[in-house]
Amino acid sequence: MNIGFFSFLSGLLFGIGLLVSGMANPQKVLNFLDITGHWDPSLMLVMVGAIAVGLVSFRIAKHRTLSFLGLGIKLPTADKVDNRLIGGSLLFGMGWGLAGFCPGPALVALGSGEFKALVFVLSMIAGMLLFEYLDRNTLKN
Amino acid sequence: MIDIAWELFTPWAAIIGGAIIGVSAAVFLLFNGRIAGISGIMGGLFRPMPGDIFWRVAFIIGMFAAPWVWQAIARLPAIEIDAGYDTLILAGLLVGVGTRFGSGCTSGHGVCGLSRFSVRSLVATLCFMGTGFVMTYVARHAFGG
Repeated sequence: MNIGFFSFLSGLLFGIGLLVSGMANPQKVLNFLDITGHWDPSLMLVMVGAIAVGLVSFRIAKHRTLSFLGLGIKLPTADKVDNRLIGGSLLFGMGWGLAGFCPGPALVALGSGEFKALVFVLSMIAGMLLFEYLDRNTLKN
Repeated sequence: MIDIAWELFTPWAAIIGGAIIGVSAAVFLLFNGRIAGISGIMGGLFRPMPGDIFWRVAFIIGMFAAPWVWQAIARLPAIEIDAGYDTLILAGLLVGVGTRFGSGCTSGHGVCGLSRFSVRSLVATLCFMGTGFVMTYVARHAFGG
């Protein structure tokens, strides 16, 4: 049950952080991505704030094998930069730049009752299902 | 030359909000032992494993709940979605497929990955920021705008 509580708490804090920083608003994200136009650098400082805290937490995690709840700490083990990583990230950025939504802000916008966010999230889920299909059927490696 | 929109720039809100996101990722890492990557948490629902659904759903409910909790205390900040439905559908598909093939999004690669000096995450972040800049340029400046 604890794992559910801390998942909920973490999701809640994440959402609050997106709202405080203004990043739940796609318009503000696009104002950052519009680097050749009238540029709002705020998103960069969101990353700075998040990474500053993140550096500490990953430093703590590095010295532990178990979490405070006694669960194994699972960090990604992949270390190769491959085509999937690059191709996938390029595609993600295209979608991000089109609408100003990445997955987190889209969920917060949906929670706030935005119908357009529902359309985006349903389409994103369709994209994730398409990935599962392609991954299982054609791109075995 | 870069034309900075000083009137839109919100440095303190950005840093404080970012730090709250960092705390969220720290809670997830230090208690649940996992990387707080939204696309991975969502995408994992579509390849279900025993005991793996509950915490993913709990995290997503937490994100949905953020604006409700906010509204109980203060007015919700503006959420302006200018994109039309066709653009939203295309963008959603690209974000869904792309984040799963690329093993992460802004949170997993951009925040968590960079915090642990992952080379893969640095490459991924440069890639999605790169195409993000290009697509926004195309959408806002190349075709009317």
